[in-house]
This record gives sequence, C-alpha cells and structure tokens, in this order.
Amino acid sequence: MFLRLLQLQWKSYRRSAAFTSGVITSVFYLFGMLYFIGMFTLLGYGSFYVLDEEMGVEPLRFVNQYMIYGTSFWVVGRYFFQKMPVINIQALLTLPIKENTIVHYALGRTILSFFNISNAFFFIPFSVVLVNNGYPFSQVLSWHLAMVAIVFCTNYLNILINDRNDVFYAVAGVLVLFAVFQHYDIFDITAYTGPVFDSFYNDPIYTLIPWLMLLFLYRSTFTHFKRRMYLDAGLQVVKKDAQQIQLGWLNRFGRTAIFVKNDIKLILRNKRSKMTLWISLMFLFYGLLFFTDSSGGLYDNPVWKIFAGIFVSGGFLFTFGQYVPSWDSAYYPLMMSQNIVYREYLNAKWSMITIATAVSTLLASFYMLLGWDVYAAVLTGAIYNIGINGYLVLLSGAYIKTPIDLTSAKKPFGDKQAFNAKTLLLTLPKLFLPMVLYFVGSLFGGEWIGYMTVAFTGILGYFLKNKVFDLIETLYKTEKYKTLKAYKQNT
Amino acid sequence: MIRIEQLTKRYGDTTVLNIPEMDIPKGQVFGLVGNNGAGKTTLFSLLLDLIQATDGTVTIDQVDVSTSEDWKTNTAAFLDDSFLIGYLTPEEYFYFIGELRQVSKEEVDELLAGYADFFNDEILNKKKYIRDLSKGNQKKVGVVATFIGAPELLILDEPFANLDPTTQIRLKELLTEKGKDTNTTILISSHDIQHVTEVCERIAVLEKGEIVKDLQTTTKTLKELESFFTK
Repeated sequence: MFLRLLQLQWKSYRRSAAFTSGVITSVFYLFGMLYFIGMFTLLGYGSFYVLDEEMGVEPLRFVNQYMIYGTSFWVVGRYFFQKMPVINIQALLTLPIKENTIVHYALGRTILSFFNISNAFFFIPFSVVLVNNGYPFSQVLSWHLAMVAIVFCTNYLNILINDRNDVFYAVAGVLVLFAVFQHYDIFDITAYTGPVFDSFYNDPIYTLIPWLMLLFLYRSTFTHFKRRMYLDAGLQVVKKDAQQIQLGWLNRFGRTAIFVKNDIKLILRNKRSKMTLWISLMFLFYGLLFFTDSSGGLYDNPVWKIFAGIFVSGGFLFTFGQYVPSWDSAYYPLMMSQNIVYREYLNAKWSMITIATAVSTLLASFYMLLGWDVYAAVLTGAIYNIGINGYLVLLSGAYIKTPIDLTSAKKPFGDKQAFNAKTLLLTLPKLFLPMVLYFVGSLFGGEWIGYMTVAFTGILGYFLKNKVFDLIETLYKTEKYKTLKAYKQNT
Repeated sequence: MIRIEQLTKRYGDTTVLNIPEMDIPKGQVFGLVGNNGAGKTTLFSLLLDLIQATDGTVTIDQVDVSTSEDWKTNTAAFLDDSFLIGYLTPEEYFYFIGELRQVSKEEVDELLAGYADFFNDEILNKKKYIRDLSKGNQKKVGVVATFIGAPELLILDEPFANLDPTTQIRLKELLTEKGKDTNTTILISSHDIQHVTEVCERIAVLEKGEIVKDLQTTTKTLKELESFFTK
C-alpha cells in the first residue's frame, strides 16, 4: 500500500509545473536547486577551514555554540515556507486504506522536503571534513546523528505548531530578544546551549536524547494528525470572519479608486499577497548590507549603492508589481467582460506601486544616519523606480501569466513559471541600466553627476507616462486571450 | 441584438464549434441545451470575447465584440466562479460591480433589497467572504450581480446548477419576470431541459459544436427535447 502511495507522490512530482511547463523553466528550476545544493555543500566543506584557519576558532565548538540559532532559524523558515502535508489526503479518506497508513504516509512524505535534504548537504561534508582532520569517527558520527534527529525534530515541530501564530511569534520574539542580548553582551544564551550540543560529541549516550525527542514528536504529530483526520477538523480550511475596511475616502480619486480599493483588500485579505508587505519591509533593510561594513567592503562601490538604492524602495514594486495582472488571475474573465478600460486598470496598479515606493522612501529616511550620499542613492533609486521600473514591471507582468493561488502563503519566491526568457530580459533594465547610467554619469563629474543622470532618466520616464501607457495597453490587449487561457489552466 | 456569422472555433484539427448563422433578437429569452462538450460554454466565451474565434464574427448591437469593447457597457455575464472575487464579501462585490457600471451604492442596496427572498438570508450581512460561501450561495451572488445596472444582455451559464430546489424555483420566476421586459435579452445554458423549456421562448440544441435544433418553445417542446436526448 505504501508503495502505491509513493507512486502517487512520484506522479504528482513528475507532473508538477516544474517539469511540464517547458524546457527553459525546468532548466532554471534545476539550476536553482543545484545552486542551493552547491551553496550548502560549499558551506559544509569550507566552513571548517574558514573557522579553523581564518578565524582561529575550534570549528565544531563554534558551530555548536551557534547551533541554537541555526535550529530556531529552521523552525522559523519552515513555518513560513514549508507546506503542510495535508494536500491530497481527502481523496484517500474513503478508500480502503488504513488510517494509520495514510497518516504515516503524510508525515513520512515530509522527510523528503527541501528543508531536510538541504541540511544533509551541509552536515555530511562538514562531518567528513571533521573526520579527515583527525576528529574521532565514532564521536563525529554520534554528533552527526544527533544533528539529523534535531533537523527532523524541527520538521515535526513545525507541523505541530502550524497555524498557531501565537506560539510561533512568542518563540520568535524570545529568540530575537536573546540575539539582541547577546549582541550587547547582556546575556549570552549560547554559553548554556553550546555545551548541550557539545555533549553529543563528547558522549554518544546523549545522542539518544534528540532521538527520543524525535520519536516523541513523531508520536505526538501522529496522534494529533490522526485525531483530526476529519473534513471539519484538521483537513478543514479555517474560515475567518470578514473584516471591514473603510476605504470610502479613496473615492475622490475617481475610477482609479475602484481598483485601488480592491487591491488594498486583495493585499490585506490573502496570505500570498500579504507576504509582499513583509518582503517589502525586508527589502527596506537590504541596503544596510551594502551601506555598512557588514559585507566586508565587497560592495563598497558607488555603482553598487545605486543597485541597493533600487532595492530599498522597490520591495513592493518587485514583489507586487511583477505579478500584475496575475493577482487578478482567479477572476480575470470577470475583469475582461466588465466595462473596464485597460488604462484605468493599469493606472490603478501603477498608482499602488508609486505610492508604495514613495512610502518606502519615507520609511527609508533612517539611511540619512549613514550619510547624505547614502540617502541620495536611496532617493535616486526611488525616482528611477517610479519613473522607469514602474512601467517595466507592468510590461513584464504582461508576459508572466502565472496564475496566483491567493490563499496559499507558501512559495512567495520562485513561482516556477515566473521564469521565462522575456521576463529575464526585462529584469536587466530594472537593475543594471541604472548602474550603467550612474557609471557613465560619474565619468563626467563624479558621484553627484552620476546620481543626477539616473534621477533625470527617472524624471524623463515619468513625463512620458501617456506614451508608455499606450504601449503597455496595446500589449495587454494583444496578450489578452493567451493570458485568459494561461490563468484557466492552472487555477 | 446578437448576430453570429460563420463562427467556428477549432483546436488543432478538432472543430469544437461551428455555427454558420444565427440571430438572437432583442428581448428574447434564449436557451441553449446540450450534453457535456457540446460547445455551450465555448459559444458563451466567444460572445464575451474571452476566447478568439478561428473564423467568423459575433456582433452585439452591430458591434464586433473582438474589435470594439463598447458591448461591455450593456452586457453582463456569469459563466463560472472565475466571475467572482473570492476575497470580497458579497456586499463589497456588488458595490464593486456597481461602481464599474456606474450604479451608486444606494441604488445597489435598493436592488439587493428586492432579492431578499432569493437570497434566503444566507448572503447579506453574514461577515463571510465569497470564497467561504457554498457553491449554491456563490451562484446566487454571481447571478444577482449580473442584474446590477439593468444590462440589456444577460448571459448565464448553467444558472440552475448547484441551487437548492427552492432557489431553482425562485430563479425560474425571476428569469421569467426579467424575460417579459422587451429590452432585456437573456441567454441561458442548462443541462436541465425542463427548466429551460419553462423559462425560454426559444431553445437551441448544440451537439458536437453544431446547432442541430432551433425551436420556438411550445407545449410539445419538452417532449421533443426528451426524445432527442433519449438516443
């Protein structure tokens, strides 16, 4: 029976969009996977030498010391991105399959998750390097097995606490607090947790503890799952009461407001689109990586500052704008048969992007603390975003055609179909053209002329709005049937 | 109102729709019946310019639907749940459609009050998003939304499917009432020949993409359709 279920799984995998939506997509998907695997392997292999030779610390002890943060990071990452194993279970419920088999299968399936496999690519090379460098094999093995157990513990813990936002935020909050304490030398939690991880290496008997914990967690998840294997319990989609949002004040903006009001509701009421807000916030701080020393001077170059400037204010532009009109994919036929003028519709989306960019720029004013030239880069980036990139994301949107499942929060990055040759081409002017413009400008008179060149291009773009919108409008019209068809296929 | 000329739709070698000529005059209540895959939804999608015809034209009020968008101002349609916006409450959805059709909130409220019976107290003020409503209730929302702004052409695909018996009867009454208005042209498709014969003045049977029967409804029509489908 288990074998049959595995066959099902294999088919669903083989027939997923990654393998059926064209060669280019598959290649990108494969490259993405290889990239991650490569990075993890390199990290596992290289970190020993970096820690040992460059930083002069004892690698295993160092890794153990910070493992508490690693472990918490897995929990947090999984909470956001790992899918719950409930999908496709409904169809199995009434078939003559033992309930236990179904639950074991659903839980066992999660072992193959990316979050587990990727860890193997770190821990295996790391352990091998340890043994090669004279660490006793049996002790490394013991430590390694403990780590495996802990990785899987986080796997099942994640299933147990799924959709318990309160638990999750409490844990995450405590963790951030500890990290802050540690940073300011108030209280160092790793002094207490480091030895715990060390003990797995020191005495194999302790390795039993994580394994017993894993067993316990698996049992709890199992009973938790089994008890809730009813359509109105664990398999039910939670329905929330509708929230009231007062947006009447927007009406003064005329017909554009009709769509803006809808988009605000869209963003606030769907998991997938809500993520764009969080990611925009993350983008806001992305610049810190460039403007401070944390990158080790790697990006200490004005051309890269423009790059960062584009990102700081462009979070919403890239995460929301990129997927216009896919956000409306679920009801695109409605939009196409109502008396909607494309221009108004596009203008509404563009306004959303513009307003969000402006707000981000205001929020980013803390960059002034790092110097005026830093904020100048942010400001220049924002002007370019509004004047040029705002159009470009709408243009690429016409080609993306990935239907978006609004209710699913998973996979906010890497919607597989989002990769295609045309959109990649359109990414170039979004990021690299401003860098080139800056470079050319700076040749003529240094940093400020460079910024001016980029900003001026943005302003020019802004005044060409009508012309560009004509173009985008025609494009959306010619793509209409293809878009409708693409949205129908996958929703 | 609607004129179809030499309309064909092909996917590769298979012709899914082929209608040499058809006129639907203003004010008519027109029913379309046929088995699965006969081409009903294809025809409706072509009328709404949601798919591109391989050949031929559809005109609504002398406007070719594939070249102009003027027909959209007086046409309303509900084909399936892709005409609903799941994350809105029914009220918000009605107001949204109202805004698009330039009907004020007050007028929408007034119109909705008239459908209180039809809604059976399951739609309004329930603090529920459309995506959380049952299929039947979603259909009620979609159908009533097409009435907003009194469009001259209504296109409803399978309006009776998924509805409970009471609502089916109410919808029949509703459509019959609407059909009396000589300004409103109504197109309905259905699998239920009884419903169609009760509501429509004219019934066309689609089979494998072709109109094989085109009847004015009389007392004998139901029998005729029954014998046609009992093959």
